[in-house]
Amino acid sequence: MPPMSGKTLYDKIWDAHVVAQQDGEAILYIDLHLIHEVTTPQAFAGLRAAGRSVRRPDRTLAVADHNVPTEGQALGVGAVADEEARLQLQTLERNVKDNGIEFFPMGDIRNGIVHVVGPEQGRTQPGMTIVCGDSHTSTHGAFGALAQGIGTSEVEHVLATQTLRQKKSKNLRVTVNGTPGPGVGAKDFALAIVGAIGTAGGTGSVIEYAGEAIRGLSMEGRMTLCNLAIEAGARAGLVAPDQTTYDYMMGRPASPKGAAWEMALAHWKTFFSDDDAVFDREVVLDAADIAPTVTWGTSPEDVVAVTGNVPSPESFATPDKKISAERALDYMGLTAGQPITEARVDVVFIGSCTNSRIEDLRSAAAVAQHAFLNGRLVAPHVRAMVVPGSGLVKEQAEEEGLDAIFKAAGFDWREPGCSMCLGMNPDRLAPGERCASTSNRNFEGRQGRGGRTHLMSPAMAAAAAIAGHIVDVREMMA
Amino acid sequence: MKAFTKLDARMAPLTMANIDTDQIIPKQFLKTVEREGLGKGLFYDFRFDEQGVEKTDFVLNRPEYSGVGVLVAGDNFGCGSSREHAPWALLDFGISCVISTSFADIFYNNCFQNGLLPVVLKPEEVQALMEEAKGGNHVVTVDLEAQTVVSPSGAAFSFQIDPQRKAKMLQGLDAIGETLTAAVDIDVYESKRALSEPWLERA
Repeated sequence: MPPMSGKTLYDKIWDAHVVAQQDGEAILYIDLHLIHEVTTPQAFAGLRAAGRSVRRPDRTLAVADHNVPTEGQALGVGAVADEEARLQLQTLERNVKDNGIEFFPMGDIRNGIVHVVGPEQGRTQPGMTIVCGDSHTSTHGAFGALAQGIGTSEVEHVLATQTLRQKKSKNLRVTVNGTPGPGVGAKDFALAIVGAIGTAGGTGSVIEYAGEAIRGLSMEGRMTLCNLAIEAGARAGLVAPDQTTYDYMMGRPASPKGAAWEMALAHWKTFFSDDDAVFDREVVLDAADIAPTVTWGTSPEDVVAVTGNVPSPESFATPDKKISAERALDYMGLTAGQPITEARVDVVFIGSCTNSRIEDLRSAAAVAQHAFLNGRLVAPHVRAMVVPGSGLVKEQAEEEGLDAIFKAAGFDWREPGCSMCLGMNPDRLAPGERCASTSNRNFEGRQGRGGRTHLMSPAMAAAAAIAGHIVDVREMMA
Repeated sequence: MKAFTKLDARMAPLTMANIDTDQIIPKQFLKTVEREGLGKGLFYDFRFDEQGVEKTDFVLNRPEYSGVGVLVAGDNFGCGSSREHAPWALLDFGISCVISTSFADIFYNNCFQNGLLPVVLKPEEVQALMEEAKGGNHVVTVDLEAQTVVSPSGAAFSFQIDPQRKAKMLQGLDAIGETLTAAVDIDVYESKRALSEPWLERA
């Protein structure tokens, strides 16, 4: 028999949550279930139809985020102009009330994007299992929690049983060594990783991010990184908790206090990959090789350094990839070989569960301020919007004067929500419009039918707003 | 959940790789509180132009593919958003089987919750089916019990599937009911956890 190897972080969280094995699947206990208006109405309807109830309303938290307009939220749900959106929001309100689930309604300062709110409230904790009917649930992996997006049938399953039926995924470790150059951060790492392993590269796996460059990231940066784990096809992303994690969590509303904090801390410190743990696959990158990165095409794997050129379809290895690249270039209105900085933008969107936290807004505001002090504003042809991730992020940004900087520089300062990341609310692109976006998906039509999305960091998006085209933020800040 | 056993149906080829769930069912159709009726939004931007007029050249709009029951698609089908509206829309449109070289995890999982069979075949097999799907006779047989796909010309391809998932799909079993047979295990687990991680118990 081969010697026993150590456990990975994922193995440890998994093992701690297996309730039973049934029929070849594990019944995995879920510590926290986050819900929102779009992927839950059919789940609650299913529960009602079967005469079932919510097993643990206390481990469930609801927000209104996908549909909400980013202005006039204080007027309440009744004032939401879109009738279908209003009905969906009202359905959530009724469902949480009927089932005794904690809910931050639209307009409540604690409300915001579900993946901003969970960590902000201290509900997201290391070693937990977390699910939500949203693929970007991977975000919470930044805390060393196994956080997965699920479909509506599984939402219903978790509501009824507080468990998920699942087979274990594989372990994939992505190590980023070294230290990044100036102007390079978590979003650039995340895009570079998706570019390196592809959108299906993580399929069937949970990614653990490790290495010096990852350790150096703030919690906001780690959330950005784990948020894009799903864009690499992985079910979840993980960063082992450390002092950065504990410092972030200390004093949050749902964080344990006093003696309970000490007890929790001791527990959380057990969640790391053992030195002799074996991963099914390892990918290693060097932070020094990563430049500010943007997408050129219609898949998050279509990445290019801002200093680079739009690739030629001929440069791709397989016929499928060549065809996809041709289609993407046509859709994006770009020409092979042109510098990516030639892409003129019409819209800039700073927000989403990827990049709408206070640090993201600070880094964008620093660019806006630098430009403003040099007599530059948002380019006249650009519509630029900043959508904070939650009411609390908005409040903090306003206390720090970031809103004043944005507004002075010509950005629109909005109310929290998912907004133009997916365009379910009124914020969306018109056909042919090109957008520098801090969100997570550049799929065809994602931000509005015919809209063209370039993913990038908040600093890069702010720089694009000022320049009126994609630009290397390092040059602008020089 | 509707059971899936054996299907004889027309198949349509969708050669693109990385078809994401935003493309399968765009955002404007996610505001429903129902599971039914989503077929109207399936591949909306592919099927209709900006004025809502049908695009006659899109494969699913061509008369030879009307009443299609099987989709043969490019690699990494169903990537992106977790929206279960994607399998709901496919089923509502009449498609109860998708064949590809690979599927994104969440979509794959969602299929099994709804009686939509995702079949993974080898690249050359998917390619062969794509070619046949473009021909005059494109009725394919998908047999879950036998784990085979038989092409219009009679070429048979076998596929792998998790045996438990297969069994549930054949019978159309509800996962919640099955899990609740282990309710005692969940009770015991919760009691232990309340002692070992008391800070998670909210007053």
